[in-house]
Amino acid sequence: MQYFVQQLVNGLTLGSIYGMIAIGYTMVYGIIGMINFAHGDIFMLGGFAALIVFLVLTSLFAGVPVVLALLVMMIVAMLTAALWNWTIEKVAYRPLRGSFRLAPLITAIGMSIALSNFIQVTQGPRNKPIPPLVSSVYDVFGISISLKQIIIIAVTAILLTIFWYIVNKTPLGRAQRATEQDRKMAALLGIDVDRTISVTFIMGAALAAVAGTMYLMYYGVVVFTDGFIPGVKAFTAAVLGGIGSLPGAVLGGLLIGLIESLWSAYFSIDYKDVATFSILAIVLIFKPSGILGRPEVEKV
Amino acid sequence: MSGPLLQVKSVETYYGNIRALGGVDVEVNSGEIVCLIGANGAGKSTLMMTICGSPQARAGSVIFEGQDITRMPTHEIARLRIAQSPEGRRIFPRMTVFENLQMGASLDNLKYFDEDVEKIFTLFPRLKERQMQRGGTLSGGEQQMLSIGRALMARPKLLLLDEPSLGLAPLIVKGIFEAIKKLNKEQGLTVFLVEQNAFGALKLSDRGYVMVNGQVTMSGSGKELLANPEVRSAYLEGGRH
Repeated sequence: MQYFVQQLVNGLTLGSIYGMIAIGYTMVYGIIGMINFAHGDIFMLGGFAALIVFLVLTSLFAGVPVVLALLVMMIVAMLTAALWNWTIEKVAYRPLRGSFRLAPLITAIGMSIALSNFIQVTQGPRNKPIPPLVSSVYDVFGISISLKQIIIIAVTAILLTIFWYIVNKTPLGRAQRATEQDRKMAALLGIDVDRTISVTFIMGAALAAVAGTMYLMYYGVVVFTDGFIPGVKAFTAAVLGGIGSLPGAVLGGLLIGLIESLWSAYFSIDYKDVATFSILAIVLIFKPSGILGRPEVEKV
Repeated sequence: MSGPLLQVKSVETYYGNIRALGGVDVEVNSGEIVCLIGANGAGKSTLMMTICGSPQARAGSVIFEGQDITRMPTHEIARLRIAQSPEGRRIFPRMTVFENLQMGASLDNLKYFDEDVEKIFTLFPRLKERQMQRGGTLSGGEQQMLSIGRALMARPKLLLLDEPSLGLAPLIVKGIFEAIKKLNKEQGLTVFLVEQNAFGALKLSDRGYVMVNGQVTMSGSGKELLANPEVRSAYLEGGRH
């Protein structure tokens, strides 16, 4: 039982990270109907930005408080990733809007490769480790919960609340939802559709960058290929939850995290990715709209 | 003192290589109700959308308050206070009635929202009952009211209505036409409307245009057009049985 609960905690931590990445996939899909395959690499880029900030901070000011360091890492990572994603959208995706459906998809794959290669060339191909930032571990009824896990789950919860608020209660969120539902009508009401789409890319990238920072803190290492597997898992999470649905992305993320850690605990850790990606195949075959997604048909 | 509020000058609009409007001239003066009648596929809705820059005219020009808006992006045209209740109503299906109305008031950042929404609810009490319901679950008539209400929320100088009577019961149509007349009389709202219900529209309007195959073939005051034998046979008598 203890073992099981322990795995639940681990799974939730991992799931939080996937959930934060998945939101970027799902929001972009919602608003322009394309899968931004470069999103996983934006996550990885966020991790690298955090790493560089960490190295600079610790070399300039020895003994900087961990909370402060983490905060600065997170903010710089968010800004960097947002700038990249904004640029990519403007340069690579916007000119293809209105072109055939596969065009932006192929471009996105190209952007993904370009980004990971850019990091490989500029940062080197090896694993980049950092010393553990936070190492406290608490024992709660025989289950060990690390401070890292608490931070990740708390940060995720806070950011998702902010996100939920923005999307559901602010004029910006309303404009985003309107653009998602009927782009032409939104424009007729004075909404700058291009700007709204840009903001969506920025928001998705910022969340992915936080996920990247958390990932770096959790595993203590980041490498240029890290955009791929976590990225595809987060994509799986978005599909499982129902692509286009924000709560779905979070739910999907948590489920994928849980499935992965429980599978590793009870079956075979070598096959954990197989388990995760089988989910993708199974969902696509039996329930392509996902758990919380809406079917494509709508009353007009 | 000045020219008309809206001037459409020999506008041509294409969908791909297909010409939908072939040199249309229309004028709407401030404070007028002007209607555009014509058969299905004549290009009425295309003209409405061309005024809003979506699609943009390939030739000719659209001038609003003396300013050339032909090449302006749609959202900037909306900011000049041209509001449209478009063909097919285009309600945001997964937003509530209330949120749809909020979207209508985005231009002023909801500054006059509370005041204006009450007016809309007085105009269409049905919307008040349904305000927390999703747009996609409304009946056609309710969506029509919502679409008009949403356009009014923008405090327009020029209101473009694309078939406000479509799918509505005759009694509600009468109500909507009365509401338009009232807004026009009391607030000087300028209205340009497209209608299949030519009889009601012409009676309501100061002036009217008749469109056939992407071209304006006739124009005149509402009364003149109502009395015109060609108009009567093509759009009135046939349609009233």
